[in-house]
Amino acid sequence: MSISPPQEQLWWNEPIPKSELIWITTAFLWGLVMFFAMIYWHIAGEQNLSNEAYRTTPEAFAAKTEAMIAKYKVREEGGYPVVHPLPGEDVYLIGRLWQWWPILELEKDQTYRLHISSMDYMHGFSLQPVNINLQILPGYDMVLTVTPDKTGELGIVCNEFCGIGHHTMLGRLYVVDHP
Amino acid sequence: MVHSDDKTGNHPEPPTEDNSEPERIPVMQQILDNPFLLLFLGITIPAVFYVIWGIMEIVHIPIAK
Amino acid sequence: MATNEQYRICPATGLRIYRSAENLIKANAVVAVVFLAVGGLFGFMVAMTRWKAIHLLPAKWFYLVLTAHGLDVLVVWIIFFEMAVLYFASAVLLNCRLATPKLAWTGFALMLIGAVVTNIAVLQGGSSVMFTSYVPMRAAPHFYLGIILFAVGALIGCFIFLGTLIIAKQERTYKGSIPLVTFGALTAAIIAIFTIATGAIILIPTFLWSLGYISHIDPLVYRTIWWAFGHSSQQINVAAHISIWYLIAAVIFGAKPLSEKVSRFAFLLYILFLQLASAHHLLVDPGISSEWKIFNTSYAMYLAVLGSMIHGLTVPGSIEAAQRRKGYNNGLFEWLRKAPWGNPAFSGMFLSLILFGFLGGISGVVMGVEQINLIMHNTLYVPGHFHATVVAGTTLAFMAVTYLLIPLIFQRELILPGWARVQPYLFGLGAGGISVFMMGAGTLGVPRRHWDISMADAQLPYDFPGAANLMMGLNGMSAVLATLGGFIFIVVVVGSLLFGKRIAVGTTEAASGSGQPAASAVGRYGSAEAPAVPGTLAMVGVFFITFILYYFVNWKYLAEIWPLR
Ligand code: HEM
Ligand SMILES: [Cu+2]
Repeated sequence: MSISPPQEQLWWNEPIPKSELIWITTAFLWGLVMFFAMIYWHIAGEQNLSNEAYRTTPEAFAAKTEAMIAKYKVREEGGYPVVHPLPGEDVYLIGRLWQWWPILELEKDQTYRLHISSMDYMHGFSLQPVNINLQILPGYDMVLTVTPDKTGELGIVCNEFCGIGHHTMLGRLYVVDHP
Repeated sequence: MVHSDDKTGNHPEPPTEDNSEPERIPVMQQILDNPFLLLFLGITIPAVFYVIWGIMEIVHIPIAK
Repeated sequence: MATNEQYRICPATGLRIYRSAENLIKANAVVAVVFLAVGGLFGFMVAMTRWKAIHLLPAKWFYLVLTAHGLDVLVVWIIFFEMAVLYFASAVLLNCRLATPKLAWTGFALMLIGAVVTNIAVLQGGSSVMFTSYVPMRAAPHFYLGIILFAVGALIGCFIFLGTLIIAKQERTYKGSIPLVTFGALTAAIIAIFTIATGAIILIPTFLWSLGYISHIDPLVYRTIWWAFGHSSQQINVAAHISIWYLIAAVIFGAKPLSEKVSRFAFLLYILFLQLASAHHLLVDPGISSEWKIFNTSYAMYLAVLGSMIHGLTVPGSIEAAQRRKGYNNGLFEWLRKAPWGNPAFSGMFLSLILFGFLGGISGVVMGVEQINLIMHNTLYVPGHFHATVVAGTTLAFMAVTYLLIPLIFQRELILPGWARVQPYLFGLGAGGISVFMMGAGTLGVPRRHWDISMADAQLPYDFPGAANLMMGLNGMSAVLATLGGFIFIVVVVGSLLFGKRIAVGTTEAASGSGQPAASAVGRYGSAEAPAVPGTLAMVGVFFITFILYYFVNWKYLAEIWPLR
């Protein structure tokens, strides 16, 4: 029984029943498939993180963001600047208590280097309804190279708990056609 | 504590009945029967591959220009 | 001398049960159940708040109660119960006295004090930081201190387990190798030691930081080491509840592993690789390379998943083999149909096995794919997944074994057997429901740890699809079922301990109480003569197909999001 010592003292020498052998082989091969699928997707798939990141400070990151806003601001919405940077540019997004700042306006099928960082606690970047979710940490500038492929008005939800106002932390992002 | 004296060989019971070893115990079984070796492996592997490698990755993140 | 310690002989199993081990098992199990009751109630309140039509708690209380829920069930309930399992699997199953029972009581006291201190910190209101307590969000110092004390206590328990193994070997209380269930418990103890060590590495500095002695803790380093603690502690649960599956199968059916070698090897894969999966939590964190992420999240090429898939065959397989030996040989599934479904120890164990495998296992592997994690990280999919593993899996298995411990260790008959009979089904259905519906909400992008997804107070509102609210409503209804199941469990257990008929020493019934033949009735058979297990193979076949389909469907979902590098 499983609750008593093995009856056969040299249990390692016992043969493995066939049913188990079949299953072990299948499961092992399936594991290999799943393992190489991740590598394959890095080569052939389009959704991968480059893991490009830099150490930064809230002040330095905020300065870059404000410089971008000054350069590319096109209008304001409810107190938030709306920024329409040139395709290919570095774009900055701040997560802080409790907003995503500023509102970005990107062009469809253009590629941007999107930098995200936090000014205070951890936040969760959750782009909806596309459903891209990233962990945003203070002190780290996370860079992703994105290519929005559908136009629309998107929401950025915060999905990492960041204090009592967490559920009010929402941002907006527009994807528009090339003018 | 009872120490049975079965190493003499003229024991009435079959040899498998006590802790005497009728054959050499296979290496894998010896490993699996050794809790402290397992403890060592179970701590070292994640410490090396997860913790130490992970921390090294973080340390090597460059500083933003 | 300690060796002259008092013991009784368990009439059902013939095992010696030493008084000191027995008392420690009792104390740990009782405290565990108390915290399950408290923590479960918190969980119920959380679910009722996230159900839009009810929205029970105000925001401040929601985050406080959610912090308390995570701590009390995930940490306190489970680890106290695991201490009882460790003592049972060492002292009782090895026929041995427990090493240094006094020290074990010290560990118990530290755990209890720690749990109470942390709960006080949370309930005082200044420590609503979630049980993950990510820096730089600060909790009160005694929040961390309580967790540290608790962990030290648990560490003592692990060493007492190891010490008992040594004593049993020296005093030759068993022959040959330790039983498989004890080996599974050893696996849990080893993982626990790694878990607690990493917990100390990160929580002690955090405690000092909260007091102002350390000025800065890097948030990414914190997350990396914290999850070595936080995720590995879940792997303790896996090892522990799988051991309990084997245990229940042995007690009720006299089941014997199909092959000792294979089952132990599967546990070895856990010891070596399971803890790497802490990387699941860092897949969308900045700056860590994909090499690290892929190697660790896949437990080194899915070798620990291989371990789980092996247990998924060998646990039901051992039951099938035992049943077929008793003559339940018709068709694929007579052995299963004729199983004691009215015995809560069996039904709880089997539901735990099915729900853990189909819901928790598959969703965990899929979510742990480096790229697929992008569409799931920190959504409600995550709590959906782990309520399948840790509630439908671990908690249900622990409940099931409690039905065996009450007659065996506490020597009481169960009160309200009719209630006990339905309890696993109610709780399993509820827990399965909260898992499925939270996962459903997660695929719609609904965030976890969030008081109000209607975003009523936000400056820039966003509307989730209507289906999200439906999911949260169904989640709330399932939570009612799970809570009811939990409540019945508490009533039956506490009631049996207080008012259950004492089982006179020497007449203890076989613990199953189901009229099944006593365990030892099953004769000896070696692996070579083990009967074929076609029913189990069919079951794992279905599992495998589900797994593959669900896996590839999620790659397809991933392919629909923005291209990104
Ligand atoms: C009556 C039974 C239970 C119900 C109704 C329930 C419900 C919930 C709900 C609705 C959440 C919130 C998800 C969110 O908003 O992020 C949650 C979180 C959680 N639950 Fe449960 N739960 C139950 C039992 C358990 C048990 C037994 C465990 C552990 C063994 C557990 C572990 C957790 C953990 C770790 C969290 C996450 C807390 C956090 O995000 O910090 N739950 N539960
Ligand atoms: Cu936030």
